[in-house]
Amino acid sequence: MNIRKLEKKAGQLRLDVLDMVFNSKAGHIGGSFSGMDILVALYYYLMDVGKILRSDPDRDRFVLSKGHCAEALYAVLADQGFFTKDELRTFTHFGTRLAEHPTRDIPGIEIATGALGHGLSVGIGMALFLRADRVPAHVYVLMGDGEQAEGSVWEAAMAAAKFGLANLTAIIDRNRLQISGCTEDVMPVGNLEEKYRAFGWQALVCDGHDFSQLIPALATRVPDRPVVVIAETIKGRGSKVMENIAEWHHQIPTATEYQTIKADLEKMIQEVSP
Amino acid sequence: MSKVSCRKAFSARLTELAREDQSIFVLATDSRGSVTIGGFAAEHPDRFIECGIAEQNAVAIAAGLAKSGKTVFVTGPACFLAARAFEQVKIDVAYNKTNVKVIGVSSGVSYGPLGGTHTSTHDYAGMRALPNLTVLAPSDNVQAASLTEYLVRTNGPAYMRMGRGDVEGIYRDGEQFNVGVAKEVNKGSDITIIACGETVWHALQAAGKLEKDAISARVLDMFTIKPLDEAAVRQAARETRAIITLEEHSLFGGLGEAVAHIVVTSATPVPMRIIGFPDEELLVGRSAELFAHYGLSADNVVAAAKDLLEV
Ligand SMILES: [Mg+2]
Repeated sequence: MNIRKLEKKAGQLRLDVLDMVFNSKAGHIGGSFSGMDILVALYYYLMDVGKILRSDPDRDRFVLSKGHCAEALYAVLADQGFFTKDELRTFTHFGTRLAEHPTRDIPGIEIATGALGHGLSVGIGMALFLRADRVPAHVYVLMGDGEQAEGSVWEAAMAAAKFGLANLTAIIDRNRLQISGCTEDVMPVGNLEEKYRAFGWQALVCDGHDFSQLIPALATRVPDRPVVVIAETIKGRGSKVMENIAEWHHQIPTATEYQTIKADLEKMIQEVSP
Repeated sequence: MSKVSCRKAFSARLTELAREDQSIFVLATDSRGSVTIGGFAAEHPDRFIECGIAEQNAVAIAAGLAKSGKTVFVTGPACFLAARAFEQVKIDVAYNKTNVKVIGVSSGVSYGPLGGTHTSTHDYAGMRALPNLTVLAPSDNVQAASLTEYLVRTNGPAYMRMGRGDVEGIYRDGEQFNVGVAKEVNKGSDITIIACGETVWHALQAAGKLEKDAISARVLDMFTIKPLDEAAVRQAARETRAIITLEEHSLFGGLGEAVAHIVVTSATPVPMRIIGFPDEELLVGRSAELFAHYGLSADNVVAAAKDLLEV
């Protein structure tokens, strides 16, 4: 595993997201930056992207349950050749397929998402299919931590354990913020590790920006049991302008902020030793 | 003709079709008994998934399964699937165009004695407003079985609602139905009665009574609520002098308003009467009692017809 390459890629993709958000004056940059390393770990290391590009039946499946961070996924998919990078410029424009939440017919998007609390259930359906047809592939579902307040998440948590889905990994982008403020103020999600464990899951906590922790966690498989990776992250990760500030859930950078964030990211990329 | 409930006809046909078609999956929401799907569960245990009392989860799981090429029937009482899980139907089924068939049983006022928590007199209104979704309401067991087969053979999202009780037979075995095309169950030239689900039988009774008074009533079984057979409605407006709709649903947003939308925009609009449940909390009672009380009856249709035709 070449961690430096992954770090560099994550920095470059954040720059793509910054451009999309700044040019379109739309998007959810804070959560896109907190979850970017998770996406890079999946799309540049753990999953066989060739199979996803070919829509092979035995491809791994990724569901972006926190659909509001679509621009992060779009940047990844464009970089991986699912569609052209030029198309990123249409983000949220009239008639585009690149809406602020993933729509149905974008290459690489398994299912349109955006209303929170759906993705884990959909992922269970996919995992049940893979198991029923004895397809050796894995399902990854990325959720937000604010999303954990949706009751349907816990219906799904119960069901995944009941079905003993060893081919399902839930990931929680644990940035501790949501649109109105701290998750623990808005609706305390508490100790997610203990909660999922009590529901019958294998629960792991790791630094969501450290590939040396993230990748082994995401690669963890336990017989007859789903795995949840609680990735401790920083909302707006990559620039001091945004880090850990709730308003950056969906704030749009000013021209000055854009320059500063860009410079911060470029510095971050440069600091990754070659 | 036999008197069998639509839900039993649905379950029996689906269980039978699943012997040939290995892609059929059934999801239940602690509703094995209410859907009468126990036979499928016993015969095809690998393709029966019990999701417990969690309708939202069940509908979204169905979408995930369907995304990989399965034909998925997610089943349960209509009052829960069409309300609690409405967002999942909207997004995971309709918006995502997944091959999920949402099967709501004991619909309308089938659960009338259970009170207002268990009625589903809003489901046509909600489901009709979702793009991509086909909405069906069979009127008897023969049609329910036939539509079940249609749902298996076609790819795409659908909602089918059926009542709980045994219903009077309308059709002979082997009758053919085309989804999107109304079934004319009685020919007539003076007035048209458009019904769906269990009200079709009442519409037929009304037509029989009207005939005795020399009024010729056409009866259309509009078992496809969506896409509505607009041509049949326009034809009725052209060839008959008035239209009555009859449905086990709120007056708001159901079959009546769907038909009215076509009638008022047709070249030959005619007077209409919409019969359904008023916009108020319904009394507690058995389905037949509520039908009679709220005028979902042959006598009320006859009175409305005479009023409209001024005879
Ligand atoms: Mg958050």
